[in-house]
Amino acid sequence: MRVDDRQLLSELDLFGCIQCGKCTGGCPVSITTPLNIRYLIYETLVGALPEAEHMEELWDCTCCFTCVERCPKDVRPAELIIGIRGQMVESGKIPGTISTALTGIFRQGNPLGFARDDRAAWAEGLDLKPAQEGCDTLLFTCCTSAYDLQAQPAARALVRVLKAAGVDLGHLGTEETCCGNEVRRVGEKAMFEEMLVEEGRALLESVGARRIVTTSPHCFNTLKNEYGLHGIEVRHYTQVLAGLLQEGRLTLSGSLDKTVTYHDPCFLGKQNKVFEEPRAVLRAIPGLNFVEMDRNRERSLCCEGGGGRMWFEGTNTEDRLAFRRVQEAVDTGAEILAVACPFCLAMFSDAVKVKGLEERLKVMDIAELVAQALGG
Amino acid sequence: MVITRKPATLVIGGGIAGIQAALDIADAGYPVYLVEREPSIGGRMAQLDKTFPTLDCSACILTPKMVSAGQHPLIELLTYSEVASVDGQAGAFHVVVRKKPRYVDVEKCTGCGSCAEACRMHGRIVDRFNEGLSRRASIYVPFPQAVPLKYTIDPQACLFLTRGKCGTTFKCKDACPAGAIDFEQKEELVEIEVAAIIVATGFDLIDPRSKPEFGYGVYPNVLTGLEFERLSSASGPTGGKILLDGKEPQDVVFIHCVGSRDPHTGVAHCSRICCMYTAKHAHLVRDKLPDARVTVFYIDMRAFGKGYEEFYDRVKHEGVLYRRGEPSEVYAHGERLVVRAEDSVLRRTVEVEADLVVLATAVVPRADEAAVAELLGLERSSGGFFQEMHPKVRPVESNRPGVFLAGCCQGAKDIPDTVAQAKAAAASAMGILAGIGRSQQV
Repeated sequence: MRVDDRQLLSELDLFGCIQCGKCTGGCPVSITTPLNIRYLIYETLVGALPEAEHMEELWDCTCCFTCVERCPKDVRPAELIIGIRGQMVESGKIPGTISTALTGIFRQGNPLGFARDDRAAWAEGLDLKPAQEGCDTLLFTCCTSAYDLQAQPAARALVRVLKAAGVDLGHLGTEETCCGNEVRRVGEKAMFEEMLVEEGRALLESVGARRIVTTSPHCFNTLKNEYGLHGIEVRHYTQVLAGLLQEGRLTLSGSLDKTVTYHDPCFLGKQNKVFEEPRAVLRAIPGLNFVEMDRNRERSLCCEGGGGRMWFEGTNTEDRLAFRRVQEAVDTGAEILAVACPFCLAMFSDAVKVKGLEERLKVMDIAELVAQALGG
Repeated sequence: MVITRKPATLVIGGGIAGIQAALDIADAGYPVYLVEREPSIGGRMAQLDKTFPTLDCSACILTPKMVSAGQHPLIELLTYSEVASVDGQAGAFHVVVRKKPRYVDVEKCTGCGSCAEACRMHGRIVDRFNEGLSRRASIYVPFPQAVPLKYTIDPQACLFLTRGKCGTTFKCKDACPAGAIDFEQKEELVEIEVAAIIVATGFDLIDPRSKPEFGYGVYPNVLTGLEFERLSSASGPTGGKILLDGKEPQDVVFIHCVGSRDPHTGVAHCSRICCMYTAKHAHLVRDKLPDARVTVFYIDMRAFGKGYEEFYDRVKHEGVLYRRGEPSEVYAHGERLVVRAEDSVLRRTVEVEADLVVLATAVVPRADEAAVAELLGLERSSGGFFQEMHPKVRPVESNRPGVFLAGCCQGAKDIPDTVAQAKAAAASAMGILAGIGRSQQV
């Protein structure tokens, strides 16, 4: 399949590229795969893009947006990858697993293909009221938080913590549908805009909540920046917890005598500049000894779970960034690698197992750590 | 015929631009007030080690000019002073200059330095002239060739001035053989009448913490170009030896365009001097540490001035490796640093180990450029520098008649261009001065 480079050039401002290579130099997946976004821009400009079938590494991009954040000329390199993926989506030339994920969202509202009717099963026994009854804070759970057995405990912990702080919390139940953050990033623009955003916006605004709190930085990113919601504040849960702690509405009477490090999720840190709140929450836990990895904040290393990579293995199945990252965490002397994203949780939990580090490092969501420190 | 004092000129800023403009005007027989905010004239050029492309020692070519300005009968130095207000118009400006208290009687101070040695804070105050690479006392001269060579008490650092108490006795006062220390000194307002004004307020460099990917402020061996100048300078904290924590670096990586050519972080312009000063730095490393490996990462090489391309050629022949690609991040690998970049000629990402990384940070307008613009009624161009009347044919006139621009306050430039612009500003100012002379003779 030939990529229509003229169309890409009309949609994206690639002519401003000075070929400095800062994008590729900072691209985390270029560590393990041949993806070279700087060269891809040049190939697009001069009309020398290979056939789509020869660009499988395009699907390696995690849309961490390090390239977009660092590009001095605001060329937004990752948008080129999303644009080419879009053309591949239109002609059906996409990896089968991604196609399956998209079908799952279309049919059941989640990429994992589980039944819509089971979406709220994770919250059983938590006494989480339907948002439709009216609530101050609407909890928006990521599909992974809702269905993935590994991620569910974090979501349950978050509900317990928010309720302990007296937050008037509601949930959409089985009406909740995938936010589509990764849908847009794998190039399925029509499904994202016409189905997920349009219907999602109407649903979210109908609740009348003051704010939305998300379990995932990915939902947070798209709801905050791409949905155009009116009259609703969108917050990642670590921001809400940091605020509750600061206001004294959340008190931690228990303690957690562990050494903990924290991994900045790309969609929370790099892309939305939320760096301090997760750290403030961890530091507020009595007994917890917080240590930083060398690569932190803007220099955090991507876990490789974003941009559709939860549904696509990647072209290099031998080496993963998560392997390096969990080793970096171990090197700090931390016993726990704290995360604030269900994708990071999945990627690092797997990496810890593959690398045989279970005895030395536990991967846990910040919400779980806070719940343990609630005491009483 | 009435003989009056010839019309005077105010020069704001005592760097190379201000010094040159003042000298040209004074040498033509007109009086000049040269106002400098710091305790000494000299500016940025005084901080430099060598100058490109000739490798002249910066102090060796600047110091004689500083001394001439200090001794010139028609130049009145108003150091440690700031312009407070400007009224009037071309030919008749009324200016108020605020002389900050040095707490040292400059008539008595001989510059012997006994006070600084005695100061309780000796070796504890961040030395800004050395870009924070060394520590000084609360009473100081910025550098040994300072003009005037008179000590100044740093009001933010002095124990007595900040806390009202300095032990049981004033160490500096006791140590001064001339009795020059005067804590009673107050700010003074000086009113002057001038016919023309030359603005030569210089530049700042971006704080590279705005590019957090380079780890400046995180790793002590990531330096700015100006910090490297001090490290390499014979008058610097290491006496000109390139040493980090007492050790010679084996691998040095230079990174071009840190913050410049970067509208994403707010600096759209090319800083114009970084390609060449980095080439000079690379030369200095090869010269002083012949065994060190030197890598320069660049985007585009801009060697446009007289003798510049030749200097770039020379530096490459000295064994400096130029690699095309702007590094994206710096991180630690054990004790050493790793610079990660795409070498776009190789079309591969590379990780280059280093024990010294030098960032060529963008030249930007002074932090208080907006306030000075307001004070003087000047317009600024999109990048924040003072706006010239016409970018081609009126390059030294500001929008305010009688006020002229010289040096980096108008835009990033190197020393030759700065001196040329300063001389042009002086000539333009003298046009006004000569005009007044003629009208008085009629």
